[in-house]
Amino acid sequence: MNQESARLPNPSTAIGGDGRGDRSDAMLLSVQDLHVWFELKRWGFAHAGYVRAVDGVNFDLRQGEAIAIVGESGCGKSSLMKTILGLNRPIKGDILFEGQKLSELRGRSLQWYRSQVGYVQQDPYGALPPFMSVRRILEEPLVINRVKDGEERQARIVKVMEEVKLFPVDDFLTKFPHMLSGGQQQRVVIARSMILNPKLLVADEPVSMLDASVRVEILKLLRGLQESHNLAVIYITHDLSTVRYFSEYIFVMYAGQIVEKARVNDLLRHARHPYTHALLEATSDPDAKNAEVFKEVPPGEPPSLVNPPSGCRFHPRCPHMMKDLCDVQVPPDFEPTPGHFAACWLYR
Amino acid sequence: MSALQRSFRELLRYPSAIVGLIIIAGLLILSAYTLITIPYREAIRLWRGGEEVWYQNPKNAGPTWFNYFTRRKLSESMILSSKEGLGKTISQDSQGNNRIVISFPIDYSFDTFPLDLSIYFTSVYQDKPPHVSITWLTPDGREIRIGDFSVKRTQTFRLAQDSKLLRRLGGQSPEKGLFAKPNVSPPVPLKGEYELRIEGFTFEPNSDVDAEFVVYGQLHGLAGTDHLRRDLTVALLWGTPVALAFGLLAALGTTITTMVIAAFGVWFGGWVDEIIQRITEINLVLPFLPILIMVSTFYSRSIWVILGVTIVLSIFGGAIKTYRAVFLQVKESPYIEAARAYGASNLRIIFAYLTPRIIPMLIPQLVVLIPSFVFLEASLAVLGLGDPVLPTWGKIINDAQANGALYQGYYYWVLEPAALLIITGLAFAMLGFSLDRIFNPRLRGL
Repeated sequence: MNQESARLPNPSTAIGGDGRGDRSDAMLLSVQDLHVWFELKRWGFAHAGYVRAVDGVNFDLRQGEAIAIVGESGCGKSSLMKTILGLNRPIKGDILFEGQKLSELRGRSLQWYRSQVGYVQQDPYGALPPFMSVRRILEEPLVINRVKDGEERQARIVKVMEEVKLFPVDDFLTKFPHMLSGGQQQRVVIARSMILNPKLLVADEPVSMLDASVRVEILKLLRGLQESHNLAVIYITHDLSTVRYFSEYIFVMYAGQIVEKARVNDLLRHARHPYTHALLEATSDPDAKNAEVFKEVPPGEPPSLVNPPSGCRFHPRCPHMMKDLCDVQVPPDFEPTPGHFAACWLYR
Repeated sequence: MSALQRSFRELLRYPSAIVGLIIIAGLLILSAYTLITIPYREAIRLWRGGEEVWYQNPKNAGPTWFNYFTRRKLSESMILSSKEGLGKTISQDSQGNNRIVISFPIDYSFDTFPLDLSIYFTSVYQDKPPHVSITWLTPDGREIRIGDFSVKRTQTFRLAQDSKLLRRLGGQSPEKGLFAKPNVSPPVPLKGEYELRIEGFTFEPNSDVDAEFVVYGQLHGLAGTDHLRRDLTVALLWGTPVALAFGLLAALGTTITTMVIAAFGVWFGGWVDEIIQRITEINLVLPFLPILIMVSTFYSRSIWVILGVTIVLSIFGGAIKTYRAVFLQVKESPYIEAARAYGASNLRIIFAYLTPRIIPMLIPQLVVLIPSFVFLEASLAVLGLGDPVLPTWGKIINDAQANGALYQGYYYWVLEPAALLIITGLAFAMLGFSLDRIFNPRLRGL
């Protein structure tokens, strides 16, 4: 047992040790040509096609970098996230974490990978087992990752609860999820995702189910954790208004593909892709003027992921559609300004 | 743990739960008492031993507490034995022969005559058997000679079969003639202190004689007796632990295995789930009782075999579908996804994340299920498929039915085990319904 654990990086020391200094520029996560398709079956066994939830996604993530993935419901962002968490298997392509292929991880190395990736969920009440106390909830990941020493477990639980500002710690330890407010529940969820000292945090709409008053606090908390632990964060949302809080890059996803990648301010000010324009238009700000303005929203609905449109997937809804080009050829990533990529023929 | 404690404290707010708990505690104490005072071998001896165990009991006698409810007091059984030195005096004459006087006082205060009278003699001698002469002294001072004879080593003297005594009593059978008021017709018992005096003469130095006088009454013991003179108390007492053990083991065995199988099916899905579902559907259309009857007829009627078959047949029952429906919902909860994301193993998810969600639903069901298995065991016994060795409640009812208890008016024979079955069922049902209200708060308003 001891020999085995010596071969593997120790999850508790990986961050504090060699991770931070010179290797901070190294790629932490690299998603390469990722395809996540779900098979459709007829009569329970006959093949009837695929749902192409994620269809050719590429991106890299450095240690300490935060990205936001934005898109409407059903665009494949949740499937992408679950694949990164190792809950779905890609049909093609792979994910590299610190140079190791996720598809090749097995047994204890897979367990190590899971300890390196924290997961913050959308619905804080549903994310906590209702029959476990806060102590038990936070202890579970430690038990599963073979932290055998009870005192060490206790110390780590207290430390992480202080980090997410659940004071006084002792009062919260014995409470059950239904005794906590939504904000406190989400803090417990964040504490659970942080307790194994991960290098990457996947946050799936972490504030969408919270009261507006608590949202900012939770976002600030996540921002603070990201800075103090030099975390890489993948922040998934459909709400562009919360993106600015802590991500440096925004990836816009449409129909299983990333259509635009840019720095946050760049994208919000100079959006290139017609879909991003539409998305920004739809974002509502509490402004009295909005009540009188009619917003232009592209007609139609998101395409079927079983039979996606040929060429650019947005072309049936696009106001700038160019016949015989957009509906025939898949646009590659163009770079209209340095560091700003858009998959649209307008920028060829 | 604290959640369980809270539920328990809440339970005490329901009067029906308290009554149920008290009855269940009573049954458990009764079981413990039975197992300690009448160990298994002793129970089997008392229930299957044969005539020599039961000879002192009357046939089909009712329980003695009948007399508390009737004005006309029925005769109760009495056993008087000189073996413990009761009323025995020994004196020696000049030739070295012993004169033994055994005197049994009988306080008779009943309004009916006993059923039968017998004296059982045991004696010790080499060649010359002792001689006894028996006299009956009535409260009004009459003295009736019952008989003179020499006794063998063991000898049964049935008073009703002695023609000389019959003639001496003027044609009245002794159980009536000895206790009747003189010259009253129809005969009425005379209440008061009677005495049976046995004078024995032994003709050898170490010779001895003992007597046991049995008055077979219409009532005997706490629970009465059956057609074989067996005391029903033994069977009623022993039926308690057997019924509780059967009910509890069957209920626990089925619910827990069913839950675990349902959880495995839901979690692994695919062909595992398919197989479990198909087995359940086939099992649901198989007739349960006929299979049990077949097993007990052709294979074994041991209660443990029946218990095993019951559990096996009930595991893939309708409950698997209910649990599956709940598990399918729980399986999709975000907290299960989170557990997978931090690396919980399949077994850990099934036992630590899936099944705890169903426990609140399971506990009331388990409690309500216990009496249904108790009843099942009783029903099988009534059908004549009970355990051949163990005395159980169902077997008493079966015996009663086979011997026409209800035609002949031996109601106690059926009602005693039936009452215990009803009390057991009621207790668990009351507890179960209260638990249901606690664990499923939506029912509270009802």
